[in-house]
Amino acid sequence: MAPIVSIRNLTKSYASGFKALKGVDLDIEEGEILALLGPNGAGKTTMISIICGIVTPSGGSVTVAGHDILRDYRQTRSIIGLVPQELTLDAFETVWNTVAFSRGLHGCAPDPALIERILRDLSLFDKKDTMLRHLSGGMRRRVLIAKALSYEPKVLFLDEPTAGVDVNLRKDMWLLVEKLRAAGVTIILTTHYIEEAEEIADRIGVINHGEILLVEDKKALMAKLGRKQLTVELGEPVGAIPDTLSPFGLTLGEAGTRLTYEFNTSGERTGISSLLSALSQAGLRVKDISTEQSSLEDIFVELVGEGK
Amino acid sequence: MNFEAIKSIYAFEMARTRRTLVQSVVSPVITTSLYFIVFGAAIGSRMQEVEGVPYGAFIAPGLIMLTLLNQCIGNGSFGIYFPKFTGTIYEILSAPVSMIEIVIGYVGAAATKGLIVGTIILITASLFVDISIKHPLMMILFFVLTAVSFSLFGFMIGIWAKDFEQLNLFPMLIVPPLVFLGGSFYSIDMLPPFWQTVSHFNPVLYLVSGFRWSFYEIADVNPVVSLVTVLGFLVVCLGITAWIFKTGYKLKN
Repeated sequence: MAPIVSIRNLTKSYASGFKALKGVDLDIEEGEILALLGPNGAGKTTMISIICGIVTPSGGSVTVAGHDILRDYRQTRSIIGLVPQELTLDAFETVWNTVAFSRGLHGCAPDPALIERILRDLSLFDKKDTMLRHLSGGMRRRVLIAKALSYEPKVLFLDEPTAGVDVNLRKDMWLLVEKLRAAGVTIILTTHYIEEAEEIADRIGVINHGEILLVEDKKALMAKLGRKQLTVELGEPVGAIPDTLSPFGLTLGEAGTRLTYEFNTSGERTGISSLLSALSQAGLRVKDISTEQSSLEDIFVELVGEGK
Repeated sequence: MNFEAIKSIYAFEMARTRRTLVQSVVSPVITTSLYFIVFGAAIGSRMQEVEGVPYGAFIAPGLIMLTLLNQCIGNGSFGIYFPKFTGTIYEILSAPVSMIEIVIGYVGAAATKGLIVGTIILITASLFVDISIKHPLMMILFFVLTAVSFSLFGFMIGIWAKDFEQLNLFPMLIVPPLVFLGGSFYSIDMLPPFWQTVSHFNPVLYLVSGFRWSFYEIADVNPVVSLVTVLGFLVVCLGITAWIFKTGYKLKN
């Protein structure tokens, strides 16, 4: 199946000479959740802004559902929803009116039943007649989402959806994303929170200095780079690792009481049980055992660090 | 054509007018009433007729124009400047709307509001002085064309302005001298020849003159020339607006 969003050699340079995007290629499949990770100023928002029509690209092309974003902007913008990073809302409008406005702006006839459902889903319905300036930050974030959903987009961009949002709202947001995915909506979200990407994304893209460093299936990425470490605390220190334990490739800590063993979680056998029996055969008394998994965060820090 | 979008922008702008009713409608009516009390009743009663028209009635078309220009420029510029200022412009830019639809929505609303206020001023004026309209159709044509072209002019200012200072530059500093020196309160025949010539470079003279002609059949310049001037101004504004959207000037990076 053809990707729903196809980005080819997309570049953006500003008059100041700053290159925000340096030839980005990216395909986004229909129905997937793609998380774009990257530090501030990496080019995430610029990329999204170009696709949505807020920023003019310097070069390259983007198609959404087969339509060019510049030539066929009506078709592409009708199916794209955008929840911007900044909480930009008209202060003097009511919740209901601003959501209805978004729907009309996208060429859809009024549908009060749909808007009511969206507001209820986002726990906003009891605030429908409240002026936007009286809402809390978290509520405004929900309003921005309601606005983007009001015209039932097929592709939804969430730019830092959970920045500055409390834990409850973050969990709600994740549930919402799941629900939208079930409805077949393609979701692209940018985030600083690696936990978030780990939790909800199907694929993960890492972007830095205007370049995509990597795009990979989350599970494959975790498996490829996600090593696990087993640490064994010994009862008494040993001078050297006994020969019988050499196949395990252990490393011995400085005090001589700590052995670490690295294994791959995706392998069929982790080798932990044979290691443990080998330890007792070697006469070593085990005091404590702990395991640790390298997280997406480690992978991310490693990648972005290399990119420097 | 995305009619729903035009409707939405128009309705949004008109809702803003309703929210600021005192500022948008009551205050121009009070200001104009003050003009009529001072110039029409107090001073006007001691002044001669101008070309056969009592002074109070003579200034009515000029006062309506003064209000119309200020309203249209103010509303047209604020309507687009404010989303730019708050950042909500992102929604307009990312919506499936064309330049023409955006302009019809914003400028249509600004012109409507200008016309409503202008009509209220006309009614207010008729309470103070005797007003006759000899060419109602021409009067409506001048009224509507001026409202549309100056709302469009305001829209351009709103896009160009980078702060509130620039936004207020035209309505506060440029429009009043043009209106006051454009024969709103006198016939330019009263001026020395040199200043008559200078006045002909003032576009507002043509507006006020044409508009007044549709009331009393008295004019400083030929009404056809007035009409062509207004149309020309409208075409120039349309051209600049088209260029703004084509290049994304101050709207998009």
